[in-house]
Parts: sequence; C-alpha cells; structure tokens
Amino acid sequence: MSGPIEKVSIIVSKGSLEGIYPGLIMANGARAEGIEANVFFTFFGLDAISRKRHEHIKVASVGNPGLHMATIIGALPGMPGLMTAYMERKMGKLDIPPIPEFIEMIADTGAGLYGCQASCDLFGLTKDDLIDQVTGIITVGEFYALSAGGQIIFT
Amino acid sequence: MPDVSYDGQTVSVNDEGFFTDPSQWTEDMAPQIAKAEGIDHLTDRHWQVIRFMRHEYQAKGTGPSVRALAKTSGVPVKELYQLFPKGPAKLAAKIAGIPKPRGCI
Repeated sequence: MSGPIEKVSIIVSKGSLEGIYPGLIMANGARAEGIEANVFFTFFGLDAISRKRHEHIKVASVGNPGLHMATIIGALPGMPGLMTAYMERKMGKLDIPPIPEFIEMIADTGAGLYGCQASCDLFGLTKDDLIDQVTGIITVGEFYALSAGGQIIFT
Repeated sequence: MPDVSYDGQTVSVNDEGFFTDPSQWTEDMAPQIAKAEGIDHLTDRHWQVIRFMRHEYQAKGTGPSVRALAKTSGVPVKELYQLFPKGPAKLAAKIAGIPKPRGCI
C-alpha cells in the first residue's frame, strides 16, 4: 500500500489508563487528519466503554517499569489512586480530556466504536452495559470485514 | 515551494497546500480554496470557524487543534466534522490561509 493512509481500525485491549489512552489519541488524531477510524474494545479495554467502569480507569502501579518507581511502593494501598490522580492532573493541564469525555468526543468525530463479542460474553456484558456511543458489539470476523482496505493498529 | 493562484493573485503554499505567508490571504480566496477541498459553499457557520482560526493564529501564532477549536469557537466537535468532513482543524486552517496546526488532541 502506498500513498496517504485513508482508514484505520484501532484495537484497545488493555484496561489501564496508560493502556487505553494511546488508542484513543490514535483514533482522534486519525479523524483530525480526515482518516476514517474505527475503535474496537476487547478484553479489559471494554472498561473504557463500560457504563460501570469507564469513569474509574486507573494507572497500573505494580510491575510497571514505566513509572520509574519500586514495585513495592506501587503495591502500597492507595497507590493506584494516587498515581492516577497525579496523571489526570498533568493531563488536565495539557487539555487532554478524561476518558469518558474523550470517547464521547471521538464518537462525535464520526468514528465507529465497537465492543468485542467474545469479551462481552466472557464478562457477561450486553449492549445495555456499554455507553450510548457504542455502535455495536461485533465478532472478530466482523471486525476484520469492517477493517478492510485500511490499516489495523493493535494497542 | 509552489505558487498557486487564488482570486487572481499569486500566493505561495507549502507541499501540502498551506499558505506559507498568511498575510497574502484575503477573504475572497476562501471560497476557492474550499471548493478545491470539496466544500462547495461556505455557510455562516463555516465563516465563524474560518474567522476564528485566523483570530487565534494572529493572537497565538498558531491555529488551534480540533478540541481547542470546539471549546473556544462555540461550534461543537460533531458540527465541526459536518462542516469540514476531512479534518476540521486542518481544513479550516487551509481555507483560512494559516499554517496547519500542530497538536495531538
């Protein structure tokens, strides 16, 4: 394939703050460049579109070398909340929206948001458990069909 | 850098078609640039965004990203994408004769 990218399908498979944001930034950035975008949430990525959990996404504070912090400190009670609050404050200063607002914005740009059927079955979720902006719950085969002609980005 | 002609005047643009000298832009050029980008008619709402982009460029030295544009221009994200389907901040900047805004959000 040569020439500019016209379409991307982004998979969000992680449920931590730092695991979810990259996919969202890729999706929003794609739309801002006029690139068609779909986002597919699977496994713990479903937390980002789950009514119950999407406002409670945390930074992974244990075994996360990227934090440059001893794991034993990260395991202390309250650390995930503390690290998350710290990150959210820093991101707020850069006008990076919190996850629920960001996802709503991405939906407003016209990107498709999808839940993974297998993961929904695994966690016992139906469309009612997911936020309004979700276009539908699809299987991996349907995801591949949807992604045809474009690039697939796994996060 | 190629030269292009809008409204009977020659302006210089970069490889992506953005003005290299925003002071060369006049309002009459906007509809022509828009048409080349697939927007046949500029409504008042389009103009609201275009004027806002120019204003921000003049005030801050750079055009806003989509999020900043939606928050401060009074035109929400959904409508921005309806007015400028292929990337509002990028397209509106091109039509407004300012450089492409650089931002990730």
